[in-house]
Amino acid sequence: MNATPMAVAIPRWDRPNALTFVISVLALAFLFWSFSNVGLSWERMQRGIPALGSIIERMFPPDLERLPQILRSLLITFQMALVGCVLGLILAFPLAILAADGLSPHPVVKHLSRGLIALFRTVPDLVWALLFVIAVGLGPAAGVMAIMVDKIGFAGRFFAEAMEEVDKGPQEALAAMGATRAGLIFSSVVPQALPSFIATSLFSLEKAVRGSVILGLVGAGGIGVELKVAFDLFDYDTAATIIIAVFVLVVLVEQVSNRIRKRLL
Amino acid sequence: MALALALPEETLAEAFQPALRIQGLRKAFGARTILDGLDLDVEPGTAVALIGANGAGKSTMLRMLVRLIEPDAGRMTLLGEPVTELAPGALRAFRRRVGIVFQRHNLVGRLSALSNVLHGVQARKSGPGTWLQSLAAAPDRQEALACLAEVGLADRALQRADSLSGGQSQRVAIARMLMQRPEFILADEPDASLDPRSGEEIMDLLYRLAKDKGLTLIVISHRLEHTLRYSDRIVGLADGRITLDKPSRLADPRHLRHFFTGREQDA
Ligand SMILES: Nc1ncnc2c1ncn2[C@@H]1O[C@H](COP(=O)(O)OP(=O)(O)OP(=O)(O)O)[C@@H](O)[C@H]1O
Ligand SMILES: [Mg+2]
Repeated sequence: MNATPMAVAIPRWDRPNALTFVISVLALAFLFWSFSNVGLSWERMQRGIPALGSIIERMFPPDLERLPQILRSLLITFQMALVGCVLGLILAFPLAILAADGLSPHPVVKHLSRGLIALFRTVPDLVWALLFVIAVGLGPAAGVMAIMVDKIGFAGRFFAEAMEEVDKGPQEALAAMGATRAGLIFSSVVPQALPSFIATSLFSLEKAVRGSVILGLVGAGGIGVELKVAFDLFDYDTAATIIIAVFVLVVLVEQVSNRIRKRLL
Repeated sequence: MALALALPEETLAEAFQPALRIQGLRKAFGARTILDGLDLDVEPGTAVALIGANGAGKSTMLRMLVRLIEPDAGRMTLLGEPVTELAPGALRAFRRRVGIVFQRHNLVGRLSALSNVLHGVQARKSGPGTWLQSLAAAPDRQEALACLAEVGLADRALQRADSLSGGQSQRVAIARMLMQRPEFILADEPDASLDPRSGEEIMDLLYRLAKDKGLTLIVISHRLEHTLRYSDRIVGLADGRITLDKPSRLADPRHLRHFFTGREQDA
């Protein structure tokens, strides 16, 4: 005898246990409280949308008078992102080796490196920029440092993961014949992880270019300063030129990076 | 005769010493005893086929010879070295002299066959010249090419390892082992992941290389006919000990089946 259960007898939902229920109610309550706490209201929306409309209206046509100056700032912004990114990637590589399972020379070193990478990654780049502006003064150098630290955190983590995921077979074969740790890393781990390294590096550069635009707002060099000044002076048509220029740069970098990715991988 | 007398005394003495001597080798994993006081002597230049049922402890024994697994008790002398007593530095130096061929070929798929073979030079050198064929010193590159030629793949030098067939990729792994200039070869089911034909070619290649170079070879295989054809001596492992030891040409396949299929006894 095999009884086929009637469809109606099979419950549609799992019955929640008491703890799940309490947690769900609390989470929902917190969500409502959050809405009321952030000062979002109909009245504000109604005032804000037309105001935004008038700002956008005043942005057009964009003022091209300061275009040469803007392009120069944009170039600096890109160069700042590029240099910060390259330095960050170069430093991320050894740190990732120290942080990777199976490659790290010692568990203490591994945990320290992982801690450092996590710290670099979790503190936002704007905060690093604030610190470096104080440490090395206003200007692109501070921006480069901020981007570098941010990218060590970002790429360090992904480099380490990529190296942990490679096939361990070749490493075992080399270790069994007495190869050195550097030998294992450079002849087995790195060649296998290379596609992942390249993808991470290109993505880092895209992120760095986007991020570098903001850094100027706290005085860490680049086009952000221009944008802040334009807004402070209600010079919205110049601001529009800057925003469009930034947009073009970011799109361009993403396109080029996509091309390279497709060619290499 | 005159030639033999002209040989230095050490060489003569060495020639009459076993290349491998195992005495009372013991290994247990938890409560399970895998090797229970195993003894074995192997004369230099002999090709020994090690057979036994699944789980008999063949791989464990092979790995213990270079202490990739530590024995619980017993003495092993390989190439004149007291393997069980070697300190880490000496162990490393000793491992360089022993070439291992694995069931998995363990090549770096994204690199060329030649670069993979070159890696074998890491047994005696380090640095960027040992990582990639493009960076290698001319003599090392030449030697790697010669090793590839020995396994019949000189024309595939620049082909990526992951584009080779199973048999070719095991050949590259063997070439890498030759690059190491081994004095003793261990092979753990080098034919297991290959079709019967490629498997036989690999067994034939290993046997020929060992004979040409006068090296001692211990090879594990589950393919009875190949095992008999490409070995001088057949050693069977069961219940933690050697229960069969015969010249391969005298061994009767019908009396060996139980080493391959399971534990039931044959007549
Ligand atoms: N690291 C380990 N820990 C626990 N048990 C192990 C370990 N390595 C091997 N064993 C066990 O020891 C026994 C012998 O294993 P081994 O791999 O040496 O057998 P084998 O003769 O090579 O078998 P096969 O023909 O299947 O390759 C097996 O039962 C295996 O499960
Ligand atoms: Mg095995």
